[in-house]
Amino acid sequence: MCNEAATERKGGIYIHTPFCVQKCLYCDFYSTTNLSLTHDFLSALKTEIKIRKSAFQEFDTIYIGGGTPSVMPPEQTEDLFETIYKNFSIVPDAEITIEVNPGTVDLPALKRYRKIGINRLSIGVQSFSEKNLRFLGRIHSAPDALKTVQEARNADFKNISLDLIYGLPGQTLKSWEADLVKALEFAPEHLSCYMLTYEPDTPLTSALNKKHFSPLEEKKTGELFMATRAFLARNEYLQYEISSYSLRGIFPSMHNRKYWSFHPYTGFGPSAHSFSGSIRSWNHRSVTLYIEDLKKDQLPVENKEVLNREQKIIEAIYLGLRQTDGIDLKNFQTNFNRRFEEMFEDVVALLKNKKYLEIDQGRCFLSPQGMLFLDSIAGMFSGTDFYLK
Amino acid sequence: MLNIRNFSIIAHIDHGKSTLSDRLIQHTNIVSERDFKDQILDSMDIERERGITIKSQSVCLPYKARDGKLYSLNLIDTPGHVDFTYEVSRALASCEGAFLLVDASQGVEAQTLANLYLALEHDLEIIPVINKIDLPSADIEWVKSQIEKDLGLDPESAILTSAKEGKGIEDVLERAVTLLPPPEGDPEAPFKALIFDSHYDAYRGTVVHVRVFDGRIKAGDTILFMSNNAAYKVEEVGVFQIIREPRKNLSAGEVGYIIAGIKTVSDTSCGDTVTLKQNPCEKPMAGFKEAKPVVFSSIYPVASDGYPELTLALEKLKLNDASLIYEKDSSVALGFGFRCGFLGLLHLEVVQERLEREYDLSLIITAPSVQYEIGLSDGNVIMIDNPAMYPDPAGIEFTREPFIRASIIVPDRYMGTVMTLCMDRRGLNKTYQYLTNNRLEMIFELPLAEIVYDFYDKLKSVTQGYGSFDYDLLDHRETDLVKLDILINGDRVDALSQLVHKDRAVERARLACDRLRDEIPRQMFKIAIQGAIGSKIISRKTISAYRKDVTAKCYGGDISRKRKLLEKQKKGKKRMKMVGQVMIPQSAFLSVLKTDD
Ligand SMILES: Nc1nc2c(ncn2[C@@H]2O[C@H](COP(=O)(O)OP(=O)(O)OP(=O)(O)O)[C@@H](O)[C@H]2O)c(=O)[nH]1
Ligand code: SF4
Ligand SMILES: [Mg+2]
Repeated sequence: MCNEAATERKGGIYIHTPFCVQKCLYCDFYSTTNLSLTHDFLSALKTEIKIRKSAFQEFDTIYIGGGTPSVMPPEQTEDLFETIYKNFSIVPDAEITIEVNPGTVDLPALKRYRKIGINRLSIGVQSFSEKNLRFLGRIHSAPDALKTVQEARNADFKNISLDLIYGLPGQTLKSWEADLVKALEFAPEHLSCYMLTYEPDTPLTSALNKKHFSPLEEKKTGELFMATRAFLARNEYLQYEISSYSLRGIFPSMHNRKYWSFHPYTGFGPSAHSFSGSIRSWNHRSVTLYIEDLKKDQLPVENKEVLNREQKIIEAIYLGLRQTDGIDLKNFQTNFNRRFEEMFEDVVALLKNKKYLEIDQGRCFLSPQGMLFLDSIAGMFSGTDFYLK
Repeated sequence: MLNIRNFSIIAHIDHGKSTLSDRLIQHTNIVSERDFKDQILDSMDIERERGITIKSQSVCLPYKARDGKLYSLNLIDTPGHVDFTYEVSRALASCEGAFLLVDASQGVEAQTLANLYLALEHDLEIIPVINKIDLPSADIEWVKSQIEKDLGLDPESAILTSAKEGKGIEDVLERAVTLLPPPEGDPEAPFKALIFDSHYDAYRGTVVHVRVFDGRIKAGDTILFMSNNAAYKVEEVGVFQIIREPRKNLSAGEVGYIIAGIKTVSDTSCGDTVTLKQNPCEKPMAGFKEAKPVVFSSIYPVASDGYPELTLALEKLKLNDASLIYEKDSSVALGFGFRCGFLGLLHLEVVQERLEREYDLSLIITAPSVQYEIGLSDGNVIMIDNPAMYPDPAGIEFTREPFIRASIIVPDRYMGTVMTLCMDRRGLNKTYQYLTNNRLEMIFELPLAEIVYDFYDKLKSVTQGYGSFDYDLLDHRETDLVKLDILINGDRVDALSQLVHKDRAVERARLACDRLRDEIPRQMFKIAIQGAIGSKIISRKTISAYRKDVTAKCYGGDISRKRKLLEKQKKGKKRMKMVGQVMIPQSAFLSVLKTDD
């Protein structure tokens, strides 16, 4: 959270693979379906890695995300890792994750991933229901999903995370639980359960606006959220972030935690963000611009921002409250020179009174009910005039 | 001095004053083709956005007349809207003449008459101008007859112009030279100048706008403000030519500005007389009549610590808006703020917008109120314009509310709808008279409280834009008043209280609850909104709780995006103020008066 801490902390590497076979209807991540660019992208990426080469910083997580990293041929991924290892110092027990999507990956590829040191798989399952997969516009079928998860185990991955989406139109508690039950059959070490969100400028949102379907009622989505927590807790999956659950609490995503805890990270590839503790910079959200810049040996940075105190406070709260651990109050005071409870007296009192927020053992965190209102609650905090104090 | 002419352009709203000013400015070439823009004197953003003039603006035009001599014409473009009449009257105080514009298709309207009277009060030479003669609907003969009958001016002296097409422009300039008298005054007498406006410049301090009546002034002189004896050394004098144009000196008869490193904002006041410390003039000039505010409303900063900033901003704005009056106020719900008096609703909006834009403040404005006379059982009579000050009803003997005499000019086919509108507003129809064939002037007596909010808009809409409206304050008349309180989740929010006529209370309460229900976003818990008189609840609405937020993923890149969303919520118009346990948007406070469309 503060600058000194950031430098002594180990960093994370994020690589954004900007390709997908087909755009899913709800997706607003940056990716293109023009797969003919993978080769040029890889050269550009390698150039970026060389430019950003660092002799001092140690890294303890690598995350290959996207897009769909598994559309890159395995030899290209091997090539990529060779470059990463050559230019950065990666600690021996680093968490190294790759995202794969069912229908784009097979057993031989998974084995090759394992061989180059990748030790964690994040599988974009989303649902085990055909109907849901079609609604979301995914390319894979339910059997594809099952096959990929099975193959991941066969390839000896001991840390697997499954992505699931809930809150789809017409979804019932029963049908959602069926997805969860199916997922648990594989005893994944980690689960990410996302509420479906309607992002601007996506086909799904425009269909919604045209009233082609009616979204699941808020009340029901809220119930699903609460049910997810309870169901997973019964099965030894503990929530540690609003949509992240880890088996017996021992397999949280070390990489994602960096985002929520102000740790430094370096992002490569189009649209990737880097963070140094107070400066955040981001690359072009376009493969072609990205490649163009790197052909000229130029960093493909579109812009950067230096966070001021007020912005750091807003982020510390928004990100802190996402996590079940909440905001570390001592840390907050060290970083911002004021007691949190004092700075936000009115809001804290109101939220405590409504049982949305608790303060206990030096931490301020949301109750499960409060988590349902994370955005509004963050809005209440940032909407007060704390920055004047 | 013989080659100086000071004159204003006055008219009803939209008759083309600013456009005519444009043509006069272009004719004298003081602005390059490239720098020119339409309605160039409407320099404030808010004027340009709304397409109306709010501030009088002077500009000094060098003009070589047909007689071969070079004249210095000082033109003041004035606003046409009723709410800014005070601007017009002050402009007229620095003039010897006025061009009274009449739209050739609209004819004489309410503010044409009102501005004519103002000019007569100032003893000005008045020249009628018929503008927009290019319009197919222009009816010059008809307007001429109005000029004769309604205005009592010589229709044959009217200049015909099309400001849009640049016709008749030279006629205006020539008549200014030949028909308007030059200013009087003695350049050798002790310096005497009237402050008719001013504005604050961050680098140079207060810039004082003056009309010099006697003597002359130059940089290096020491000026004295006669109302408070504050003395400053003059740094610069000059005239306005869109930009400030420094001059060696300003002398009797001229209109211009003085910069004297004036950093104490409160030293300068409109209507004060400026003289020189060395050789002061004997006594100050008459100054201006105080502006008489008709509606009152409180302004609070949204930021809980914003009071000092607001104080400074109001002081500076007051320099440039002499009609604004204010005093300290406080509210349980909103903290410290100011009770302000305005000349009308548009004036209120303009003040709010200028404070927000020019001083980067975020404000809450409460529902406007008129000023009531309240007779107490102890024999005292008090004036109340703030619901918070409303005394215990048990101790009230009588209440009186202000009435106006409204003059509404409309084509006679709207007689019925206007009648209905005014009767709805507790109006009394006094008389009506035909001005011409089918144009009617209707006179009503109406409670001021009934027109402050949206009467003018309503009139415009029921008469499809043809109705024009003007009013004078009459007197205070006996009325039956109650205080309507609003409770949110059981807590009375003082800043939402209103004083209303008893017969209107239920309707007003319903309206206020409806508006608040629309304005306040759903929150994490149920919100009850109640309207009450004393302890009696007369209306009620609830806002149901919502059940969840849509919380999306949040990784590296999203963090900036999310934060920006949170920051944006805070800046926009929908900025929230926490009142008790409920977040209420700024705009809600003013909304309680909005009637159904
Ligand atoms: N056709 C035509 N339109 C004109 C003429 N003069 C002005 N207008 C138009 O009338 C509208 C109002 O013109 P303004 O010059 O802003 O009127 P104004 O009297 O300054 O208005 P306020 O300052 O708001 O009182 C604008 O749309 C002008 O373009 C004219 O001679 N002919
Ligand atoms: S696979 Fe993932 S990144 Fe690609 S379009 Fe679908 S959701 Fe978006
Ligand atoms: Mg104008």
